[in-house]
Amino acid sequence: MIRLSAVDMAAQIASGQTSSVALTQAHLDRIASVDTDVHAFLFVDSQGALAQAAAVDAKRAAGEKLSPLAGVPLALKDVMTQKGVPTTAGSKILEGWRPPYDSTVVVNLKKNDIVILGKTNMDEFAMGSSTENSAYGPTHNPWDLTRIPGGSGGGSSAALAAFEAPLAIGTDTGGSIRQPAAVTGTVGVKPTYGGVSRFGLIAFSSSLDQAGPCARTVLDAALLHEAIAGHDPKDSTSINAPVPQVVKAAKSGDVKGMKIGVVKELNGDGYQSGVRTRFEESLELLAAAGAEIIEVSAPNFEYALAAYYLIAPSECSSNLARFDAMRYGLRIGDVNGASAESVMNLTREVGFGREVKRRIILGTYALSSGYYDAYYGSAQKVRTLITQDFNKAFEKCDVMVSPTCPTTAFKIGEKSNDPIAMYLNDIATIPVNMAGIGGMSLPSGLAPEDGLPVGFQIMAPAMQDQRMYLVGAALEAALLTKWGAPLLSQAPALAGK
Amino acid sequence: MSSLSRDDVANLARLARIEMSEAELISLSSEFTVILDAVARVQEVAGADVEPTSHPLPLRNVFRPDVVIPSLTSGEALSGAPAQEESRFRVPQILGEE
Repeated sequence: MIRLSAVDMAAQIASGQTSSVALTQAHLDRIASVDTDVHAFLFVDSQGALAQAAAVDAKRAAGEKLSPLAGVPLALKDVMTQKGVPTTAGSKILEGWRPPYDSTVVVNLKKNDIVILGKTNMDEFAMGSSTENSAYGPTHNPWDLTRIPGGSGGGSSAALAAFEAPLAIGTDTGGSIRQPAAVTGTVGVKPTYGGVSRFGLIAFSSSLDQAGPCARTVLDAALLHEAIAGHDPKDSTSINAPVPQVVKAAKSGDVKGMKIGVVKELNGDGYQSGVRTRFEESLELLAAAGAEIIEVSAPNFEYALAAYYLIAPSECSSNLARFDAMRYGLRIGDVNGASAESVMNLTREVGFGREVKRRIILGTYALSSGYYDAYYGSAQKVRTLITQDFNKAFEKCDVMVSPTCPTTAFKIGEKSNDPIAMYLNDIATIPVNMAGIGGMSLPSGLAPEDGLPVGFQIMAPAMQDQRMYLVGAALEAALLTKWGAPLLSQAPALAGK
Repeated sequence: MSSLSRDDVANLARLARIEMSEAELISLSSEFTVILDAVARVQEVAGADVEPTSHPLPLRNVFRPDVVIPSLTSGEALSGAPAQEESRFRVPQILGEE
């Protein structure tokens, strides 16, 4: 039962073949069995999930109309507040905090009767590409437990790949939904910036952060996308326009006549050979499905990584100032006569991990008087150039595509002492966040040399998210025909308990 | 080539309100030499003729109706407080003793 798609699970609940309680319990049992090895979850809310599931079953028994994903369980990234449920963002500074309010994403999930199983592991404050920066220990990739599940949303992607949940929520600032999806053989979508409310999303870099759906199929992602998206007066950057019709697109998958632009700069040198093999094969399948493949150029993308590592740390140095030990979270050194400033200094020393401190210091420097123009100001100009590259390319094509990541999942510990090597993981995902457009990653197969999943990235203009789902559904269908079974059926079985 | 000395990092840590050990100051200052070299590449293309972008959406002055809506109770707002007193956040002293 836990290997079904979310759509099929919802259908079985609606028809009475199973109940939400039984389905939720099956996932809780799975978590109890395999999560000691995977460590996808920071908190499992068994009681809350079962209560929510029982309420859905009661609604069905009473003949109420159910939403398309009613009763299906979901794993929530620990960066989203959920009332009364521990929320840490992977940081010691928030250990034990139980938010007094729900994020808008959680409000929307509850409105749609989607059952929240618990909170998933992540790099501290979403800063990282491997989930190794979590203060609570790393998550392991279900394809190979010695490897990273991606980051920052490695808990969400691992939960999907380990069949601990059929749906998950991620957030994507520079690739934190798409890169974990790529390295675990799952689907992840970063909607257009402003498409999903950021209210209750613990802020890292406010002009880049965007929540989105994670799933095992394109249609499941589309259904979750529509459940969480929409205008929210509590987020002034939320777009006040109808949600793109992504479910309709995922059901259609018709790419006849669509122009697909291959980004010249996001391929070739530095990309693992198996990643390139799978990418080329996916392009051939899309061409066979009736799409026209063209090449487009984005010359300024090579500066995106540098600009990102100025803009994101700058915004984070400001956003994380709120963790001041005064109103919530950790407080250290509050002894008789200690000043507020010394309590802040000591609390932030103990409460923040190394990568978070590194970025706060970098951001403080980039924003400081005398250096602002050279660093933050220049990075903002690069942002303009990247957006212009996208605009020019989208004059020639409907979507742009690239491999999601240069390599497959690397070993835990392999890059943790080399920040630059770690940052290079995000080279193909970052431009999307800089321009605020949509991006999707879906599995394109396994790299022949290591047998690990490879991701295919689709990028669409702002508020044209449905185009990613059209192309994603077409590619998914073609690959499924080729493979005969979903990619995850090739993942090794987890021993469990 | 850009670099940050141990004292530069100490000053930034003070501004960012983070206590740092001597070992951390020294290792961060050596890492910053590499990181600043990498990020300084933005200056290659950031000409005077390029407008900066601070945000992906061209939004200005987003308002909502000025209507009172339910908010957190003081109990809820204080529920995560490290210390409280008389329905207020209790904080360490902010001003020096006189």
